[in-house]
Amino acid sequence: MSEEKVTDPSSGGISMRAAELVVAAFLATIGVMVIYDSLRLGAKWGADGPEAGYFPFYIGCLICIGAAVSAAGALRGRATGLFVEWTALRQIMQVLIPAALYVLGIQLIGIYLASAAYIALFMVYLGHYSVVKGALLGIAVSASTYTLFEVWFKVPLFKGAFNPLTLIGL
Amino acid sequence: MEEINALFHGFSVALTPFNLMLMVVGVTLGVLIGVLPGLGGANGIAILLPLTFSMPPTSAVIMLSCIYWGALFGGAITSILFNIPGEPWSVATTFDGYPMAQQGRAGEALTTAFTSSFIGAFFAVVMITFLAPLVAKFALQFGPPEFFSVFFLTFCSFIGMGKEPAFKILAAMMLGFALAAVGVDTVTGQLRLIFGWHELMRGFDFLIAVIGLFGIGEILLSMEEGLSFSGRSAKINTRIVVETWKKLPRYWMTSLRSCLIGCWMGITPGGATPASFMSYGVAKRLSPDGAKFGNGQAEGVVAPETAAHAAGTAALLPMLSLGIPGSPTAAVLLGGLLIWGLQPGPLLFVEQKDFVWGLIASMYLGNIVGLIIVLTCVPLFAAILRVPFSIIAPVIIVICAIGAYTVNNAMLDIWMMLIFGVIGYVFKKLAYPLAPLVLALVLGDQAEDAFRQSMLISQGSLGVFFSNGLVGSIMGLGLVLLAWPLFGKLKARLKAAG
Repeated sequence: MSEEKVTDPSSGGISMRAAELVVAAFLATIGVMVIYDSLRLGAKWGADGPEAGYFPFYIGCLICIGAAVSAAGALRGRATGLFVEWTALRQIMQVLIPAALYVLGIQLIGIYLASAAYIALFMVYLGHYSVVKGALLGIAVSASTYTLFEVWFKVPLFKGAFNPLTLIGL
Repeated sequence: MEEINALFHGFSVALTPFNLMLMVVGVTLGVLIGVLPGLGGANGIAILLPLTFSMPPTSAVIMLSCIYWGALFGGAITSILFNIPGEPWSVATTFDGYPMAQQGRAGEALTTAFTSSFIGAFFAVVMITFLAPLVAKFALQFGPPEFFSVFFLTFCSFIGMGKEPAFKILAAMMLGFALAAVGVDTVTGQLRLIFGWHELMRGFDFLIAVIGLFGIGEILLSMEEGLSFSGRSAKINTRIVVETWKKLPRYWMTSLRSCLIGCWMGITPGGATPASFMSYGVAKRLSPDGAKFGNGQAEGVVAPETAAHAAGTAALLPMLSLGIPGSPTAAVLLGGLLIWGLQPGPLLFVEQKDFVWGLIASMYLGNIVGLIIVLTCVPLFAAILRVPFSIIAPVIIVICAIGAYTVNNAMLDIWMMLIFGVIGYVFKKLAYPLAPLVLALVLGDQAEDAFRQSMLISQGSLGVFFSNGLVGSIMGLGLVLLAWPLFGKLKARLKAAG
């Protein structure tokens, strides 16, 4: 979400006001979606009691009210200063983007392999550890979660669209 | 005095070497389950239930209830160390527990949490021993309007007592309600708010939201603070337990109040989660240090932990005496009782004396065993904080991903967790509070059901919420709390006007 924010180049970061307005707009959109779907389901008193949209309809209205008041506050100048500086945003992205790639990795090669690779790469690139240390810890964490979940608790975890673990007979 | 005799008989049933061993095993497994997000007390007991089929029922229930105590203790550990609540009732523990750990007082926070849990649970067990029949009668008076009024009171206390702008609290809370409404409507069976996306049919599980909002969000926040990639200094001191214990007696009033809130919420099945939030809110309002809450006050750990455990324990009372489980975990235990051929209800106290009093005695013993185990491990847990961030951060994200996946065995949930992480980060920076969002997500369905059932009883008239003294006074209290910020503004204006 943070990437989409309106930017203010002069201040060296995303302004608080812009962030407040974007979030208020996001909330208002959800509020309107909730109201829309509640009306579709019926938000009135049906033949046998309140209809499915009866309760969510008011929830949607209250979300919109909350978002509107917060946006008004931001427009009246309550929100000052920076939401996040560019340098800080870069550091956040250093964690967020690899995390997104990790989740994509889980989807493809499963939790165990993706986790081992993710821990190892994170330690090597961001923590400046040696490749050996990273690989050792990554494999250790994956192996212990495997023992805990698959062997002891008998809870199978996601092995990915292509399951490379079958290659080594697990 | 009949109860005392029965209790001592229970001790003689529970105190065998085999049962004591099962207690230690149960508590250890429970702590492990509580620490792992996604494997909650209810899931944990469900998974381990088959292990106990070969045991005698008394030993089996002792082991299962010890897993339960262990999970209750364990939920606090990750809340304090990483701001990731392992259980919904630990969310309120993060408010002051996590700041304490950040200040290098992790050992103190953990000791406070464990000791408070123990006191809360112990108070509730004593209450179960002596008040069982009386309290059960009171719980039977609770109908849908009363349930809704309790939920209403909990939600109003948030808006009235929060530090954040009231409308932001409202927006965050209602977002939680909206997320709770996603999926199959329990009454009509219609699909709500899924917009044709059928994977959303399951709805949003609060655990996914909690793992993302708190766990991932916290990692993003600490990245922004230009983290030095080094470990936090955590004072490791084996005498920390004794030192903390010296400070705790001064919070006796908070403790007592939280015990009462917890017991009440546990029996009237409000449950441990609202109990912990309500107790935190009340302590914040009534304590002389209330303004400092959220910055690492030990009292802010005492209140939610005591209440959550008193409620968690008290929830077993309606299960045993009425056959109505007061919490999800109690419901799984109830399932276990039925499998062993024991029918919970008033007759259980007459027909299965050994079993009931053995169980109650094991509640005393299990809590003592649990307290000893977790307290000896405090320095060990606190030492985890010394691990450098560049090692602990990816490991936390991996554990979060596994936790998110295990809730429903759904890949989509891991993506949701990541999105919730970004939302958590943004909301936290803009002073949209996360706690009411999570609470609404947890209680949303129950609150809506209670509301709709009340409306059915009254044929659409809101008057049902003021139809008797009990429900009327709870609703009234809620409205007063809701209007609390207005009183404050009015007062300020009157002062300004002279």
